[in-house]
Parts: sequence; C-alpha cells; structure tokens
Amino acid sequence: MPKLTIDGQEVEVEGGLTILQACEQLGIEIPRFCYHERLSISGNCRMCLVEMERAPRAIASCAMPVAEGMVIHTDNEKVRKMRRSVMEFLLINHPLDCPVCDQGGECDLQDLAVAYGVDRGRFQENKRAVEDHDYGPLISTAMTRCIHCTRCIRFINEIGGMPVLGGVFRSENLEIGTYVAQAIDSELSGNLVDVCPVGALTSKPYAFRARSWELRKTESVDVLDAVGSNIRIDSRGSEVMRIVPRINEDVNEEWISDKTRHACDGLRRQRLDTPYVRKDGKLVPATWGEAFAAIKDKIQGKAGEKIAAISGNLADCESVLLLKELMTSVKSPNIDCRQDGAALDPAHAAGWRFNSTIAGIDEADAILLVGTNPRLEAPIINARIRKRYLAGGVKIGVIGERADLTYLYEHLADDPSQLKGIVNGRSAFTKVLTAAAKPMIIVGQGALARPDGAAILAMCRKIAESCGMIDDKTGWNGFNVLHTAAARVGGLELGFVPGDGGRDVAGILDGAEAGEIEVVYLLGADEIDMAKLETAFVVYQGHHGDTGANAADVILPGAAYTEKNATYVNTEGRVQQTRLAVFPPGEAKEDWAILRALSEHLGRKIPADSLAEVRERLVTANPIFGTLGTIQAAAWGDFGTEGNPGSEPLTSPVKNFYMTDPISRCSPTMTACTRAFVTPSEGGDEGEEGTGTDG
Amino acid sequence: MLADKDRIFTNIYGFQEKSRKACMARGDWDKTADIIKKGRDWIISEVKDSRLRGRGGAGFSTGMKWSFMPKEAAPGRPHFLAINADEGEPGTCKDREIIRNEPHKLIEGALLAGFAIGAHTAYIYIRGEFYREAEVLQTAIDEAYEAGLLGKNAAQSGWDLDIYIHRGMGAYVCGEESALIQSIEGKKGQPRLKPPFPANCGIYGCPTTVNNVESIAVVPAILRRGASWWAGIGRENNTGIKIYAISGHVNTPCIVEDAMSVPLKDLIEKHAGGVRGGWDNLLGVIPGGCSVPVMPKSTCADILMDYDSLRDAGSGLGTAAVIVMDKSTDIIKAITRLSRFYMHESCGQCTPCREGTGWLWRMMERMVEGNIAIEEIDILEEVTRQIEGNTICALGDAAAWPIQGLIQNFRPEIERRIAKFNNRAA
Repeated sequence: MPKLTIDGQEVEVEGGLTILQACEQLGIEIPRFCYHERLSISGNCRMCLVEMERAPRAIASCAMPVAEGMVIHTDNEKVRKMRRSVMEFLLINHPLDCPVCDQGGECDLQDLAVAYGVDRGRFQENKRAVEDHDYGPLISTAMTRCIHCTRCIRFINEIGGMPVLGGVFRSENLEIGTYVAQAIDSELSGNLVDVCPVGALTSKPYAFRARSWELRKTESVDVLDAVGSNIRIDSRGSEVMRIVPRINEDVNEEWISDKTRHACDGLRRQRLDTPYVRKDGKLVPATWGEAFAAIKDKIQGKAGEKIAAISGNLADCESVLLLKELMTSVKSPNIDCRQDGAALDPAHAAGWRFNSTIAGIDEADAILLVGTNPRLEAPIINARIRKRYLAGGVKIGVIGERADLTYLYEHLADDPSQLKGIVNGRSAFTKVLTAAAKPMIIVGQGALARPDGAAILAMCRKIAESCGMIDDKTGWNGFNVLHTAAARVGGLELGFVPGDGGRDVAGILDGAEAGEIEVVYLLGADEIDMAKLETAFVVYQGHHGDTGANAADVILPGAAYTEKNATYVNTEGRVQQTRLAVFPPGEAKEDWAILRALSEHLGRKIPADSLAEVRERLVTANPIFGTLGTIQAAAWGDFGTEGNPGSEPLTSPVKNFYMTDPISRCSPTMTACTRAFVTPSEGGDEGEEGTGTDG
Repeated sequence: MLADKDRIFTNIYGFQEKSRKACMARGDWDKTADIIKKGRDWIISEVKDSRLRGRGGAGFSTGMKWSFMPKEAAPGRPHFLAINADEGEPGTCKDREIIRNEPHKLIEGALLAGFAIGAHTAYIYIRGEFYREAEVLQTAIDEAYEAGLLGKNAAQSGWDLDIYIHRGMGAYVCGEESALIQSIEGKKGQPRLKPPFPANCGIYGCPTTVNNVESIAVVPAILRRGASWWAGIGRENNTGIKIYAISGHVNTPCIVEDAMSVPLKDLIEKHAGGVRGGWDNLLGVIPGGCSVPVMPKSTCADILMDYDSLRDAGSGLGTAAVIVMDKSTDIIKAITRLSRFYMHESCGQCTPCREGTGWLWRMMERMVEGNIAIEEIDILEEVTRQIEGNTICALGDAAAWPIQGLIQNFRPEIERRIAKFNNRAA
C-alpha cells in the first residue's frame, strides 16, 4: 500500500487507485467533468489538475495512479489558478443560456463555475456555435453547450456497446457526433443524458417541462422489466415528470433502460380512473359499490372450480397475496401468475430465480444463453454481460435467435435440440462450461413459454448439474432464469399457481371458452387471448385501459407502480418496494385495498386493515418478504419435466422492446421509439416520406 | 566548425546516388552484424555514454529512453520501435533530407535500435505530405530486404527485423509520440495520457520506443566510431553532430550538418550567407522550429546553438530549425501566423489547448491591427500561462511560447501598434 501526502496529510491507500480516488477517501473534493467512475479515463477536461511536487507539469488526478512518496497539493494558489483557468476556457465558448437550458439546476458546469470560476469574463471574441444533431426521439441536443468531456462517447462505446458516437474534426472545431447522421439506437441511450455534465444532451420528452428544483423526488423501483432497476421518480403535483436512475451496485449500477426512463408518459394516458360495469354490452362508469355488487352477484353461490384468477405482469405482491386468499376463500384452485404460460416449476425456487444474482455475472467465466435476447428483455443485464465481456476471459454461447447483443458470442443452435448435445458432451461448448470456474446458464422465457418448455427447463437443470454450475462449496449457483415480467417471481414466491386440481392459464382460457369457467378475475393481466373470455364474466383490476379492460364486465381501477407503496420481487428473488410518488387518478385505489374491500363485500373479509398488516401476511406466506433488498439463496431441487425438447426455433418473447406492457403501450415516447427504431420501414413519420430527391 | 572527417551525412545534399550500393560505399551497413554481436547492453550503454539527446525537440537522452524498455519481451507483448518521421514543425526539414538522400542510415539505425530495445518490428511513421520521400524510403527498404539486410536474420546478425512505413494524414499533432502511436493503431491522432509511458504501453498496448529519424540515423555512426568520439564533439551534455535548417531572411537558406553548440551567428553567416541586408538588419530569430520563443537580435550575437544555452536564454533548441527574420518582418503578424497554425493543429482533446489556442489567435489577429487594449497584452500573456503546462501533450506549450517570446521581447512594438491604431481611430 503506497504512502503519499495529500495537502499535508500523510495517507496510505490501496495501490492502483488514482489520486482523485485517494483524495475522495480523504474527503477532499476534486472538481471534474470528464471523469466518471464507470467509464474509462480520458483525462481531457483538465478540471481535476493538481500539483505534484517534483513533476514538471500539472497532473490530471483522475488518471495518475498513486505511488509511494508522492506529495500532492490540491488547494494551493497554483492549483486554484489552474482550476480557474480551465473553468475560464470551458466558459468562453459555452453559451450563457442557463435560464433556457434544461440542465439548469443540475448542471456540473454551473455548479463548478460557482465553486471554482470567476465572476467575469475576459473573452472579447465571438462565441462558437455548433449545429445540433437529431439523435432520435429520446435525446435532444444543443451541441453549442458541449464541453467535449467525451463521456457520451465512452458511455455508448463501452456500456452501450454501440460505437456510434465519436469526436469529429479537431481543435476548437471538435464536435461530438455520429459523423453520418443517425439516431442512437441503443436501449440504454437515455443514460447519455445523465452522463452529460452539461446541457448538450438532454431528454427530449422531458424538454422544457419542469425545472429540477420544482420536483418532488421519490425513491422507488422500476417494474417494466424483471430487473427491478432502482429509480427515482421526479414528480410535480399529480404528475410524474421523469424517471432517473438510483445507484444500486447489485442491480442496475447507475443505468436504467430507455423504457424504464421514458415510458412514464404512458402513466397519463388511457387511465382507468373510475369503476365501470358492463350494461347492455357497454361499459358505463359506476360507483365502487355498484362494481362490487355486480361482482358479488356473479360470484355468490358459484362453485369454486367455475371461478379463476390470473395475475398479470405488473401485479404487486400485496394484491397477489390478497387475491390468492380471496380465491382460497371461494374455494377456487384456478389461479396462475404465469400468464405467458411459461413452464416454470412452482415447486423449487431455484428453478425460477436468477440464482447467480446480477452482480454474479461479473464473476462468471462462461455464459450460455438459452432462448433469450437479454438486450431486449433486460438491457441492464445485457449491459452487465457486456461489462463482463469487456473485462475479458469469458466465453459466451447462445442457443436461440441470432441477434446483435453488443458482444461477441458463439451461436450454437437455433433450436433447443442442441441442449442435449451439451448435456451429453457432444457439443464443444460443454468443455467450455466444465472448464470454467464459474459457468452460468441464462434461460429466457422464450425457452419456457412453449409446449416443450418443461422439458427445456429440465434439460437446462441437467446442464447446470453436469457442467459444474452448482457448487455447494463456494455457494455458486449459475442456473439463472431471466424473467420479463416484474410480477412473475413475486407471484411464484407467493404460490399464485394452480392448487390441487386447479387449472393453469391455458386451462383457464380453454375452460372459459368451453363455458366451464364462468368468472375470471384478471389482476392486471393484459397479455392473454381475450377472445377466449368472451362468454365468461370478466373482472379486470388494473390501471390502464388495455386489452384486459376491453374484455371486462367490471373494471376496478387500480394504481400504477408510481402511485402505490407495493412490493415486487425481481428476477433474482430480490424483494424491493415501490413508493407512492403521486396519487392514483380519480377514483382509482391502491390494489391491495381494492381486494381487501371486495373481500368484505363478498362476506369473506380478509383480516388485514392496513398495508403493514398485509405485509405481515406476506412475511408469513414467505419469509423472503421479510428481507428487503437482499437475496436468500434458494435450495437446489429437481425441477422441470424430463422429455425431449422439440426442434422449433427459440425466439425471444420481446419483439418490440419499447412496448411490452400497458404503460409503455400508452406512452407517446415509446410509440415514437417504436416508429424510429423498430418499424422504421413502415412509414416512419407520417407525411414525411423521403423521395430521395427532396434534399 | 565540424571537421570533414567527422561528418556523418556525407550525402545530405543528394549530390550522390542514394541506392544501397552507393550508401554502402559511403560506409553504411559496414559490419553491422559485428556491432549487434556486442550485445544489447553494450549498444545501450554506448549510446548512453555518447550523451546523444533526442533530436525530435525534447532532447531526452536516447540511451536512457531505450533502457526503459523491458529487458525481455513478455509472451504476447512484442516490443515495437516507432520512428517518428512526421516532420511537421514549420521551418524544420532535416528528417526529410535524411530520408531523401541517406535512407540507409535510417534503416541501419532502425536495425540497431530495434535490436537494442528487443523489437522485431519497426514502424516508420512518415508525414503524409512526404509522398516522394515515402517512395524513396520504401525503395530503400525493399533494397535492404533484397540484400538480406532486413527481415529474418537481418544483415547476418541473427536478429529479425521488419520495417513498415505508415503514412500520416497531415495532422501535426501526430508527431507527438503517443498521438503517433494512436495513429499507427488506426485511431484518431490524439495524444494519450502519461503514465502509462510508451515503454510500458505503446503500440497495441505493447512496450514501444518512439525515436526521431535523426536520432536513429546517427546511431550507426556512434556505435562504429565510439561514444567518446561523439561525446567529444560539442559541449558537455550537448554532444555530437546536428543537422540545422536555416530559413527565412538569409541569403542562402539551407540545411547543414555541423557540430552541436556552434554559435548561431556562425551558422547564419557561414552556412546561410548571412542575414539579408547584413547582420544589423536582423530583427530576431526563432532558433528551433516554430514552437520555441523568438529571440531578439541582442541575444543572437553570441548564443550557442544547443539545448542548454538556448534554454537558458529563454528559448529552446527544438528541432534546430533556425527561422531568421530581418527588419522587414511584421513580427506580430509572423507570430499570429504561428498562433493560427497551433489553433488549426490542436487535436481538440483537452480544454486549455482546444479553447485557448483559438482565443490566442483571435487576440493576436486584433493585435496585428493594434485593435486591442493595452491591458489585453497582459491578458494574452496570462492566457498563454494558463495553457502552458496544463495540457496532455506539449502542443499547448508550443502554442504559448511564441507569444510569450513576442511579448517579452517585442512589447514596445506592440504598444506602438496600439498607439497607431488609436491615433488613426481618433
């Protein structure tokens, strides 16, 4: 451990740290623009210059590793002068348009100018102006404001894995750009706005909608995929203005996907803000009492096997538990949380969790992806795999569709029959997996939500067992299921699966079509075949007027994830809670409260009168709900059903990353993204079809 | 004055053939294998003892630089030699002449240097504008391969060396060693942060030594004639032979090979035919390519042309490209032109240089007119100080120094210009 002197304090720090990091450990603030903990070091902004004794030049503290005997000064007249100089240089060509700049109030340049700059300029010449770029529907540019820190270049190259940005031209004409105009087609592009220290890259959907100091900040978690990214919801009044990431090293580090960030404008549209009851084939607004009465009317006296419930992708654990208790009280075994029909075995938690944890990807040295496109299903996890890939020494194999995952991989097969080759060692990849110290398999829903899903699951379990992915000594469990729905793991942990003799989702739908099921309760379930529910009496509890609400006979308006304190379990089995940032619109209520009230109307009152009491019941139902934020390792077991996987090619369940749930389907921003990135050939912007001769 | 027997570059003017045979007749490739058989340590210590300082401008000890390379190449991390022929410094044209007329000195030097640092591959990064020179060099390399002087067991020495020419695309900053490495790797020519130094992490992350053409081309002579011969020429710590380029307002601009530490006045009077209109017509001299501060006539009379004496006089030897300016020169305009050059050539990577060079040039442009406040002279001076030493590479310093030299030595001229402008305006 090298010993050095910083501002007169002798300090011993870990070798390999930079001077800037050593200063941070001492609590000394070093101003910086280009330095970012998670990006490579460029050392070009020169704001972090410090003086090192016996060095001929000022040194960039962000890039200089500590060494024995260094004597560093971070706050003498010389250093202060250097900082003032750099600040002056940055400001001479930076427009003074802070009052109309979206970054105002949360701008590094603004903050550091106050702390380290001078209050008047000496620059008499004309300022530079730079043309803006069109980076697509998410990022708005004001390139004149750019201070060339190159964070965006490094982010999109390193984390995003898309080398689309670079420095074009040189000297004061240096511009950050794509060279050939193009939109930034990355699922993580929204993070560019966060890494930009100034207002050069700002959020297009959020443009000029709020100032940072007007916003109420609520720490929450995301539910639009199964990663459970930690987010901060910024709201003003009754409206969610934007969503930004929160740091959680174990989950999303400090990145979030574009859907997580930008789908929030879908929260304002198509909302169910009052109960509805279908009368004469038409849904008409009703009171809560009328809605409950209509349900009671149908359920009262009906045999349990004629009633069924399906929970959807966004359902929170509290309401799932209460719905399960309600269904138990009406003696219905027909419940299921796997609305996509995935063959997840409810008997063993290890069979449905991402057991290695997301942070475990950093340690893996061989990764087999089966039936998943993590870039579309969970961009944050894909970025983690890329991070592992960039660190080197990892082999990645894919069984499933070929796609640009932002890292190189060996494509082993399109269909699951190749799994057998890995089990019995005929595949070359078996050797890779067995030779690895920490091998990992990631099984996607595309491999499980199909007729041979159970056989594939069993086969993947066998691969995990035979290739040394389960190591009791080190505690390594490399068997991972990657979910696409935030509610899925929670539902499985609570056992929201068919009871004895109960029907699963396919059984419920077929039963409803055949008239054997007469009442179906949909807890936010939208992604099922509603045509089969035509004859059944459908109760839809949810927050958006999506397919479920259209098929419903009674609509109970619930709350979206930004409007309730609710518990979710991410794909790893990590229990996290969302927090209420704004109130649900109109008559809508928190979902657990709706079910609690309904149970009372049905005369089967659930004895839980507050959220705290519901949460106690959660812990009783499954102790993992008592351990917020952490992971409890699941015991290994025999899951899946032995069988031969078919030869049907594996595909990812997510075709359009930008629209996977009722919220993102209602979001204008996600619609714009879909048009720009997913279906650009299908027209693009209406009325603006290029002819090739229109300049 | 350098004695004829001590001359190395006997064909620097190209009066004779430059083919391999002609070069060999002049002494190139003479028993190169015997030198290599004396071993790496001997070569490095000989070069160290000769006190040869890098001819690219910074004047760092060449032998010392070689000794920074790891002793043995680690598996998967070959050593590289990069020869910097990106001669872009305005006023400088010495490397061009070496390549044109004495290419085999460079190639032989590359073999010796490559052996000394353990490199089997040498890149010669040649300035893109040197199109014909690149052709000459390639011809010479091809000749050397044909004669078995390069490639496997080069010159029967038991050492393998391949030389590749990499042509630049016209960026001045690619003459900076780490930018040159970036450019060889096919990346945008921008200097890298140091540390890590090229000796640890250079081309493709492997240990690399970057040397100037002239430094490499004199190595065979040093090794043949001995370190003490080289060290005996010039002054203590400023030893050996140097190629000077004299341009500007002299009667016969030329390049000339002479001993280190010759008086500047001798150089101008004897080799360049004197200042146009006589010594008294001299205004000032930029002694080392455009990056170093201009010296007024008073300093020029008895200054010696070497690293230390010019540094002590507040200027620098740089590439020893002497730019002579007589009294017809608008010195402010001349320095402004240099400012514009640095603004244009800044890579744009780090803040002080990217923003500062443009600011300097714009102020200088106004200063040419005299359209500048007296206080702005000090602001200009301060801005150069704000750039100097705060950048990744030395281009920022190089942009600052000419202006500092101007203000230091010609401030009365600037003030006259301002007064004239103000009178005219009034």
